[in-house]
Amino acid sequence: MKPDSVAHKVLSPVFLLVGVALMVVSLIMDFTGSSFSGRGAMLVLGLIMALTGLYLLPTLKYHRAIVYVIFLFPLLFAFAITVLIPLVLGVGYSFTDWTGIRFTTWVGLRNYVTMFNDPSFIWSILLTLLFVILNMILVNVIGFALALLCTVKMKLVNFFRAAFFLPNLIGGIVLGYIWQFVFNNVFIDLTKTSLLSQTKTANMAIILVYIWQYAGYIMLIYVTGLTQMPKDVLEAAQIDGANAVKTLFHIKIPMIASTFTICTFLTLTSAFKQFDVNMALTNGNGSVPGFMGSYLSNGTQMLALNIYNTAIAKNNYAQGQAKAVFFFIILAAVSLIQVRLSNKKEVEL
Amino acid sequence: MTKSKRFKNLILSVIGLLVAIYVLFPIYLVFMNSFKKQTDIVADPISLAGASSAQLLENLRQVVGNSNFRFWYAFGTSAAITLLSLVLLALFGGMAAWVISRNHKKRWAAVIYMIFVASMIIPFQVVMLPLISTFRDAGKFIGISLLQSIPGIVFAYCGFGGAMTVFILVGFIKGIPYELEEAASIDGCSPEGTFFKIILPLLKPVITTVTILNGMWIWNDYLLPSLMLGQNGKVKTLPVAVQSFVGSYVKQWDRILTAALLAILPMIILFALAQKQIMSGMVEGAIK
Repeated sequence: MKPDSVAHKVLSPVFLLVGVALMVVSLIMDFTGSSFSGRGAMLVLGLIMALTGLYLLPTLKYHRAIVYVIFLFPLLFAFAITVLIPLVLGVGYSFTDWTGIRFTTWVGLRNYVTMFNDPSFIWSILLTLLFVILNMILVNVIGFALALLCTVKMKLVNFFRAAFFLPNLIGGIVLGYIWQFVFNNVFIDLTKTSLLSQTKTANMAIILVYIWQYAGYIMLIYVTGLTQMPKDVLEAAQIDGANAVKTLFHIKIPMIASTFTICTFLTLTSAFKQFDVNMALTNGNGSVPGFMGSYLSNGTQMLALNIYNTAIAKNNYAQGQAKAVFFFIILAAVSLIQVRLSNKKEVEL
Repeated sequence: MTKSKRFKNLILSVIGLLVAIYVLFPIYLVFMNSFKKQTDIVADPISLAGASSAQLLENLRQVVGNSNFRFWYAFGTSAAITLLSLVLLALFGGMAAWVISRNHKKRWAAVIYMIFVASMIIPFQVVMLPLISTFRDAGKFIGISLLQSIPGIVFAYCGFGGAMTVFILVGFIKGIPYELEEAASIDGCSPEGTFFKIILPLLKPVITTVTILNGMWIWNDYLLPSLMLGQNGKVKTLPVAVQSFVGSYVKQWDRILTAALLAILPMIILFALAQKQIMSGMVEGAIK
């Protein structure tokens, strides 16, 4: 269909006019508080018709530009409504007395001051940092060891890869309940009391489950790094008489430095955001008798769960939002450092 | 040499098997205990004592028919949300990524791309609370319920999955020679025709990768559906249904484990069918 055909010349203005009219009418209804339930459908229909009219516009010169706009629109629109606008609002709300529905006054930095004077929040920060560091080390060491195992030429290798990766398919909530059963009913024969019943051991249990879920995934990435390594380098090392340990430390590890960066970054950010397992396994419970002079009952509560509970369970939205902004700042800083580091390394190579 | 090598492989195989047993053990427990009564599970959770297929059917009957769980309904909801989101993300993501990479030298495209990439560090926690209030208010304003509705949550997944999808797709499209499009354009193909007839078919491998990554995330996601749909709302996804089911049956392991089995089974079946694609998709997504 040529752009200057009669169909285009007639259809385009009709679609544009009807579409815009529908949108205007439904918006007027929105603003006047109409209770007509079809007004939402009208708005969507009007938008689609207006875009169709725009697409059919009888122009050769601007057709490409119009197609670009229409192609970008759906994703950008969804992205703006779900990410950008809530982010801006969220940062703003953290300086108010927002209740989750409305706010009445600006309170400045009050939410932030309260939050840093709250021992249970400080505990969550420290616990999360410890959890992140331990996980980053353990998951990477175990994942790398499993990857070395899974790159040896033997019969069962494909089965091992699939088996180690399998836990990653299961969502955190279901996984948390399954492990609750394992700790409370199965491991109890070995541990006498359930690991989940005491704060210290419950935190160990969370780490254990996290490694169980995540090490297989990290292993797969290392396996890819190791198998993409040029064979001739390894052969040369073998001919020069390097043993397995020397090959590992002087050739394999330096050659997959970029894979290490990727895996460190992945484990770091995902450990920071850990929520599902934390919620399903302990729900953050656990007593800490004396911390900063007060008794805490959130001994196993990581940051993400602390934010959630502050806002949803305790119904303190402004406080929860301030914590979330702080959480965002930490993660952004970590990501920036990571990007810096990996850029530097790539230049050196 | 060969003998010591064989011995080494044997030892490594044994180590691997031990690790595999440890890794698969919880899944085995879920599977096996779904065949048992509560009393038998508590008495001995490891052995097969008391396991029978009649008991499995009984457990399934209890769980599937439960008014808190409603397995088939939750399964259908999860499947509908995941499939719709994946199709729309692939389509809209592909369209947006193509426009961005074909204009990457222009400032506006570079800015849009930078915003997408930078937004990948935004944690869900910082947007989740205002997201709910925005969706509630906007829905009330325009007269479409965005919370507690499947279209609303699909829209949200398109927004949250958009950045990563565009990031991976742009990287791929940049590698497609521009001559291909110029040739099509000279032959009289419109820009939208070029995209749908030439570029989109070429994107198949990378769309597979994106779909696996997004699919694993959306299917297993708990926080977004629990906030948007509500824990006790009409519409529930599978993880939310498991959560509210477990909440109402504390320590009733026969039911909880059977529910867990039903929740993990679809993924495990899918993995058995497309193991290679899933594993390589997850790795490619991470490396890029």
